[in-house]
Amino acid sequence: MTSPQIVAIGDACLAIIFEQQIDPRVNARCVALASDLEQRRLPGVRDVVPAYHTVSIHFDPRHADRSHLHRELERAAAHAVAPALEAERQPIEIGVTYGGKDGPDLASVAAFAGCSEEDAIRLHSETVYRVYMLGFLPGFAHLASVDPRIAMPRLDAPRLQVPAGSVGIAGAQTGIYPCDSPGGWRIIGRSSVKLFDATREQPSMLKVGDRVRFVAA
Amino acid sequence: MALKIIRPGMFTTVQDSGRWGFQAQGVGVSGAMDLFSHRLANALVGNSDEDATLEVTLLGPEIEFQLNSTVAVAGAEFRLTLDGGVAQMHQAFDVPAGARLKFGERTKGARAYLAVAGGIDVPAVLGSRATHVVTGMGGFDGRALRAGDIVKKQTGVAFGNTFGKKTEKTYRPLLLPDGGAKLRVIVGPTGAGLLTTRRYTILPQSNRVGYRLDGPAVFERSTGEMISTAVPTGAVQVPPTGQPILLMADHAPTGGYTIAATVITADLPLAGQLAPGDWVEFQGCTLEDADAALRDREAAVDPH
Repeated sequence: MTSPQIVAIGDACLAIIFEQQIDPRVNARCVALASDLEQRRLPGVRDVVPAYHTVSIHFDPRHADRSHLHRELERAAAHAVAPALEAERQPIEIGVTYGGKDGPDLASVAAFAGCSEEDAIRLHSETVYRVYMLGFLPGFAHLASVDPRIAMPRLDAPRLQVPAGSVGIAGAQTGIYPCDSPGGWRIIGRSSVKLFDATREQPSMLKVGDRVRFVAA
Repeated sequence: MALKIIRPGMFTTVQDSGRWGFQAQGVGVSGAMDLFSHRLANALVGNSDEDATLEVTLLGPEIEFQLNSTVAVAGAEFRLTLDGGVAQMHQAFDVPAGARLKFGERTKGARAYLAVAGGIDVPAVLGSRATHVVTGMGGFDGRALRAGDIVKKQTGVAFGNTFGKKTEKTYRPLLLPDGGAKLRVIVGPTGAGLLTTRRYTILPQSNRVGYRLDGPAVFERSTGEMISTAVPTGAVQVPPTGQPILLMADHAPTGGYTIAATVITADLPLAGQLAPGDWVEFQGCTLEDADAALRDREAAVDPH
């Protein structure tokens, strides 16, 4: 693998950027690097955020020496090895009620794929997905990769209100809205899992690197 | 009991220095839009930076104090009255139990911070009292204040302008924008396009999440969407339409658009004092410039 780039995003964030692609090996390297950096407790660092192909370090510029931090990141990134993929890890199963009022976009996703709604459900629920990142909302896991046949792009105009638990598709990504929110993902079903609870020790139910499978209820 | 909200104003929320440490779980930072004035208000009453204040937006509240309190207001310039008499911004003053503090006409800036000695007392969520209205997290029931709300303050703090001496220090309040502001930025990894050469206007559909900006398309060709990644506060994102969005305190921790540039930490408080209709110009600077500007800003709020 090529060595990553380190880029300043403003004066309070450094991003470590790997190959720009949705790839479990690239993401596994990000997860390993993020966890290594968390453990180092570097001075002034306030958040370490792994994503698909990046690890971003938010720091307080009053309490961090940027060039020192930059060198630390370079060193850590050079040693970040992609661990063996968690293929053997048991997928977390999440029940979904597909279609109807819970999944107003199931019909259009099926039309996009040129198949029946039943086949679209099968395509969505027979893949084991990887959690590549959390973002957008607390506990909102971005799962990939969706079967290309049902990988329909976002709505042109986002809905003003998507109910909590809605299961959506946005291109190659799928995910569950943890709370009511505006949103542009194609909603194909609904789940009742509590994805985020601030009173839990680990507030987010899912974490980067987890494997998830949807089960039609 | 402590502060009874008689009129809530346009959008008054409990804020602090932010909910750090949970962005990897999708939790945004929030906190004061103008952290500098939030800290200044706190310092004036002897609080620490992290204590919660009330962030007042454009149209201020009227508040009845049910307990003797020492308070200070910093940030946007409001005409303050205490039971009808004039009260000064940027200095601590005592409010006896039963008195009403009213925010009147606003002359400059968008957001003021009301600090109460001891700090505003709401339950901390994930280590912070900041309100994130989008997800209803933190603050007072996760929402803006309404008439009739009773907001608690931390008790056990001496009354009687104990902190009056603090005003002897040479705190320099933020120089407020007047119709617009020049904000210094670090240009993004892929270039800033037209962003640093044109004037933009803040659109009405702007809020604590971000400012939508009207002006020439930043890039000649649509940059489309990219694979999502973490984004810092102050980042200027460019969606496919080319119309930039300046991410503010309540923004989501990740985004999928090109970042043309990012406002430096020292100028974020100034950005927090802008309102819809104001203009904004972005000026490229170096990281060294950004660090020097921040040192200068710090000297104004922490003059030890």
